[in-house]
Amino acid sequence: MRSEKQWTTATVTGIHPAAEDIRLFELEPEGGATPYKLGSHIDVALMVEGRSILRSYSVVGSAPVAGAWRIAVRRVGDSRGGSRAMWGLKHGDALRITRPRSHFELGFGRPEYVLVAGGIGITPILGMADALNRTKHRFRLLYAGRRRRQMAFLTELEHLLGDRLQVFCSEEGSRIDLAGEIARLHREGEMYVCGPVQMMEAARELWRASGRAPTSLRFETFGSSGHLPLQPFTAKLQDHGIELHVSREQSLLEALQNAGIEIAYDCLRGECGLCQVTVLSHEGPVDHRDVFLSEVQKHSSHKLCACVSRGTGTITIDTGFRRELRGVLPRTPGGR
Amino acid sequence: MPLPSLPATSQHFHRPRFPRNAWYAAAWDAELKHALFPRTVANQKLVLYRRENGEPVALEDACWHRLLPLSLGRLEGDTVVCGYHGLKFDCHGRCTFMPSQETINPAAAVRSFPAVERHRFIWVWPGDPALADPDLIPDLHPNHDPRWAGDGKTIHAKCDFRLIVDNLMDLTHETYVHSSSIGNEAVAEAPFEVHHSDREVIVERWMLDIEPPPFWRAQLGKPGNVDRWQIIHFQPPCTVAIDVGVAPAGTGAPQGDRRQGVSMWVINTITPETDKTCHYYWANVRDYRIHEQRVTTEIREAITNVFREDEIIVEAQQRAIDENPDKIFYNLNIDAGAVLARRLIDRMVDAEQGEARIAAE
Ligand code: FES
Ligand code: FES
Ligand SMILES: [Fe+2]
Repeated sequence: MRSEKQWTTATVTGIHPAAEDIRLFELEPEGGATPYKLGSHIDVALMVEGRSILRSYSVVGSAPVAGAWRIAVRRVGDSRGGSRAMWGLKHGDALRITRPRSHFELGFGRPEYVLVAGGIGITPILGMADALNRTKHRFRLLYAGRRRRQMAFLTELEHLLGDRLQVFCSEEGSRIDLAGEIARLHREGEMYVCGPVQMMEAARELWRASGRAPTSLRFETFGSSGHLPLQPFTAKLQDHGIELHVSREQSLLEALQNAGIEIAYDCLRGECGLCQVTVLSHEGPVDHRDVFLSEVQKHSSHKLCACVSRGTGTITIDTGFRRELRGVLPRTPGGR
Repeated sequence: MPLPSLPATSQHFHRPRFPRNAWYAAAWDAELKHALFPRTVANQKLVLYRRENGEPVALEDACWHRLLPLSLGRLEGDTVVCGYHGLKFDCHGRCTFMPSQETINPAAAVRSFPAVERHRFIWVWPGDPALADPDLIPDLHPNHDPRWAGDGKTIHAKCDFRLIVDNLMDLTHETYVHSSSIGNEAVAEAPFEVHHSDREVIVERWMLDIEPPPFWRAQLGKPGNVDRWQIIHFQPPCTVAIDVGVAPAGTGAPQGDRRQGVSMWVINTITPETDKTCHYYWANVRDYRIHEQRVTTEIREAITNVFREDEIIVEAQQRAIDENPDKIFYNLNIDAGAVLARRLIDRMVDAEQGEARIAAE
């Protein structure tokens, strides 16, 4: 169930290196951190170039530590500015955050689980592994990354899980055999995936092909990872007759809102589809970062979810605005 | 100077009345069918049903979409179909269908709660599912043991469930509330002993060589005085199993030989519905004349009348509490069992403080 965001002020009470380019932040809210559900995330309000932006980060671990919620942030050159702002924080800084909410809950009592994490996608998975371990469920964690030294929490996980942890490094040439894992999983088992968009798409595709119950593949996305590097692009609005520049730091939806264009939206993470606009033409490929559109729909690129997905070069879109709307009730003969 | 912290007692005003991390009876076995059954347990609105294979399911009774109670929808196999826009949820609460779209939002789910059938009740755990160990379900095995026979009912009482716990933890009231059936002076006069551990409170009362009250005279079916016992076992937060019976006086019952007598378990589990209402599940099972359905029915109806007398008392007590918000209870010697029982309930509540927030999410 969805709950309303509850904002609070938190103090940065600790900053620790968690891996190369990954920092663990301890955020202590007013009144101290309360327990949260597995798979929870918090939203952080950050100032980037004088504008306030929102970023979501999964809460690390299954419970607060020392009165604080913990999040891990990777520094990415290729980011919309969130990680840079986070890395600029110092011990004692205050910031506005939401209390943890979960859209990625763990269901207990299944006969087997496979947890799959790619890179920084380990953050929500960590608490799940801990909880499954404590409750003596049967599970394994498959953790993939580019290089070992860039993979956060490896030592803790090795200690906690022993041979239930398998590590895959592209640098060492090892890859997760997702198809094989799905084939081996218990019929009523579940798979939880968090990682880059390519990993999630592969998992969804293979899962579908396996004919398993769609609800037994669980995944979470913040729409923050794409197929193409982040780049600015231009959006021509056919219906409004204007042209907008969308910077690297902005989403198309943010650019539309800044220009005062009305558009429906809700989840802001590419899940609900409310923010979709019609694509009339596109110069380069459309980088679909949502999970709302089906593969077929993405392939045709007739629509795109403005909160997360992006164009290249120039795209021409229609937001559904019409200056003159036809009267809804046609006049009947003899009527006034 | 730092402000002085509030005195510890002020917390009591905000302390929840019951823990969420506990098993609560939500229905009788026979009540739950392959059909949607709404029930509120510990302030949590639930919709329960049995899967086609008979297993119980408990889901949050509010659609993920626009919060319509799912209990107003319908079952399609093991899937609940919302009665408003047709979203479908499987027995784990996960959405399997959304109209007019090709994919399903991965976050779409309603909470599902651990549910287990045991000792003729459907038990649910409203709290953290990671802690829901079925071994923590109160042991009420006589309720389904073939060596015992009986039946029970449910009372919907408009009171804090703890008032019923109090009532059962001290049977002195039988003398005054149930004088026409099971109470007599002997109960109020007999001394009792109280023992407690971290997980149980036991109040034991023996009335030796007394004239039995009418109900027990009839059950025993023998003339003369009796030795009568009442051994109350409380398991927090809300289960009270009472071992009662009579045997001809001097035949060894206090020493453990009950062969000449008749025994009965009065099984009570009082599920808080809201802060001021509860579903009180009770049963009576006996170890004599176990093949006579007539006895089962007669006792069940007799106890129904006895418990109606209690219901009048506890509901009136709740109204008086509401009318006197500044007053608290006075405790007498006879309340030792109730005081210790409430302490175990509070301890469970305190242990999970802070989790109320996530539960509310
Ligand atoms: S707002 Fe939900 S998909 Fe964009
Ligand atoms: S409220 Fe349930 S489907 Fe809309
Ligand atoms: Fe009574």
